[in-house]
Amino acid sequence: TGRKIIDEELYEELEEALIQADVGIDAALELVENLRGEVKKRRIGDPEELKAVLKELIQEILGEETAAININSEQPAVIMVVGVNGVGKTTTIGKLARYYKEQGKSVLLSAADTFRAAAIDQLEIWGNRVGVAVIKHSEGSDPAAVAFDSLQAARARKIDVLIVDTAGRLHTKSNLMEELKKVHRVLGREMPGAPHEVLLVLDATTGQNAISQARLFKEAVGVTGVALTKLDGTAKGGVVIAIKQGLDIPIKMIGVGEGIDDLRPFNAREFADALFETGNQAAERVS
Amino acid sequence: MVFSGLAEKLQETFKKLRGKGRLTEEDVDQALKEVRRALIGADVNFKVVKDFIARVRERAVGIDVLQSLTPAQQVIKIVHDELTSLMGGSRSKIELASAPPTVVMMVGLHGAGKTTTTAKLANHMRRQGRRPLLVACDIYRPAAIKQLQVLGGQLDIPVFNMGDGVAPPDIARAAVEKARREGNDLVIIDTAGRLHIDEELMAELQNIVEAVKPNEILLVVDAMTGQDAVNVAKTFNERLTLTGVVLTKLDGDTRGGAALSVKAVTGCPIKFVGVGEKLDALEDFHPNRMADRILGM
Ligand SMILES: Nc1nc2c(ncn2[C@@H]2O[C@H](COP(=O)(O)OP(=O)(O)OP(=O)(O)O)[C@@H](O)[C@H]2O)c(=O)[nH]1
Ligand SMILES: Nc1nc2c(ncn2[C@@H]2O[C@H](COP(=O)(O)OP(=O)(O)OP(=O)(O)O)[C@@H](O)[C@H]2O)c(=O)[nH]1
Ligand SMILES: [K+]
Ligand SMILES: [Mg+2]
Ligand SMILES: [Mg+2]
Repeated sequence: TGRKIIDEELYEELEEALIQADVGIDAALELVENLRGEVKKRRIGDPEELKAVLKELIQEILGEETAAININSEQPAVIMVVGVNGVGKTTTIGKLARYYKEQGKSVLLSAADTFRAAAIDQLEIWGNRVGVAVIKHSEGSDPAAVAFDSLQAARARKIDVLIVDTAGRLHTKSNLMEELKKVHRVLGREMPGAPHEVLLVLDATTGQNAISQARLFKEAVGVTGVALTKLDGTAKGGVVIAIKQGLDIPIKMIGVGEGIDDLRPFNAREFADALFETGNQAAERVS
Repeated sequence: MVFSGLAEKLQETFKKLRGKGRLTEEDVDQALKEVRRALIGADVNFKVVKDFIARVRERAVGIDVLQSLTPAQQVIKIVHDELTSLMGGSRSKIELASAPPTVVMMVGLHGAGKTTTTAKLANHMRRQGRRPLLVACDIYRPAAIKQLQVLGGQLDIPVFNMGDGVAPPDIARAAVEKARREGNDLVIIDTAGRLHIDEELMAELQNIVEAVKPNEILLVVDAMTGQDAVNVAKTFNERLTLTGVVLTKLDGDTRGGAALSVKAVTGCPIKFVGVGEKLDALEDFHPNRMADRILGM
């Protein structure tokens, strides 16, 4: 911003940029505190350098290397996808199926969202797009039973990757969280070690509530990674910094659109860069 | 509770300050810092918070507050009053057209709850004697039409669709004609989720508006939305001139600060809130309760 000195106003500006990116006020204050420390330690005098140092600090929290989804276990590797309503679970599953199929793996989908209207149809359309089969029961049936059948089918067909869709549910609804635990339990009983990945889908548009989502889903089903969707908009998803820091859940994938190829491995560096991008820059990226 | 958290913090701040004798403007500013923190923690947009704090400050530095025996309570009361009045009165109703059918259009980001709210609103309005027709104008999302059909089926409310090969403005126009012919006095149009920065899809919404001149254009907003809510609401309002907002997924533990942000940048009344996935989980909006919630009361 063409400043000559590092002053309070500059720190405040950075704090505000972080807050605006949904980093949250506590994490933002802490980051700026650490930034002050670094500036002192490294004797930085050029205000232009501050942003770069801040990005470094963020990358440090998020991890330099992208944590991969665990599919290198036995066959099949089981990925269970969970999250609150409308975040992008089913769409992410469609993209993931494509992602693995491109890598030459065989994939099977499990329609264990038996609740949402037309959720099964939606997953089947994705299955057709990608060219992978979907195991389903009728609407309203027991999700754990669908998951069980799917795992058996995956074994019988010697499938590499089984991806289980689940119904969106708010993390505060204990009966629905119990239902999710049951799906998790049934998979583990049928195949020790399964599910090998419990992927929590978070919507980048979400604010501080995502922390509560991550905490309660982790408590219930041991989340092993986050997929952050809808990063193609102007929301930054900064709340994952607090989630990584406080709950030690790595961010593994990002969603950048509704299309079949709009899924990427998470990259902490690009993420940190985008945090400080303005809405207009984001719009240019999309168009 | 979080609110008692805020109350306690303010209490503490003032107690410390009282040791000094009397409260000054700086003391109030110290307290307002806590309020700012609470509001941002509730996901109210930080610029909206800035303006808000300035307004509260004006009232809070008044003589009666500074000299009162319970300054913390006074400040909280001012904050609460200001929040409530900012969110406006309760206007949980749909403006009916003088010549039916009344046309309502639902718009918003992906996954906000448009399709579900379309069905909920139809259910709600039918109880008031309306005869709704639902319109499937989401031709993009996989199984979006089917979803609306299933929901309509659950309610026994008709759903109009022309598949996914016809442009949404044409579908909307045909639906309104059909409603007129068949005596449906309420048409609710479900549209596809879209980004506010998606030029093409935002233009499509404008074309639907051109085609059927809706009486109500409701922005459906996920109550868990963070700082970006202002950008989204502002752009949708600029492009479409919204008439109201529906806040969904308030059945969780979100503090719902997006409500204030959206209201602040659009000036549109929040008409309804969604409090569950079931089709009767639509409630009137109460500014007072929402203020409690944002403050964690
Ligand atoms: N722009 C954008 N839209 C996305 C992305 N991922 C998903 N969506 C859209 O978000 C909406 C919700 O996606 P779904 O996959 O149905 O979400 P879900 O979590 O399965 O929803 P429920 O099963 O109802 O809880 C759809 O309109 C998707 O097309 C993304 O990365 N970017
Ligand atoms: N808990 C809860 N879930 C809701 C509420 N409203 C909608 N949902 C859920 O949120 C998810 C998304 O709802 P939809 O109605 O499909 O959202 P949409 O805006 O039409 O989504 P797109 O068409 O993909 O943009 C579904 O799982 C709904 O059941 C609500 O008030 N509370
Ligand atoms: K959402
Ligand atoms: Mg789904
Ligand atoms: Mg929809």
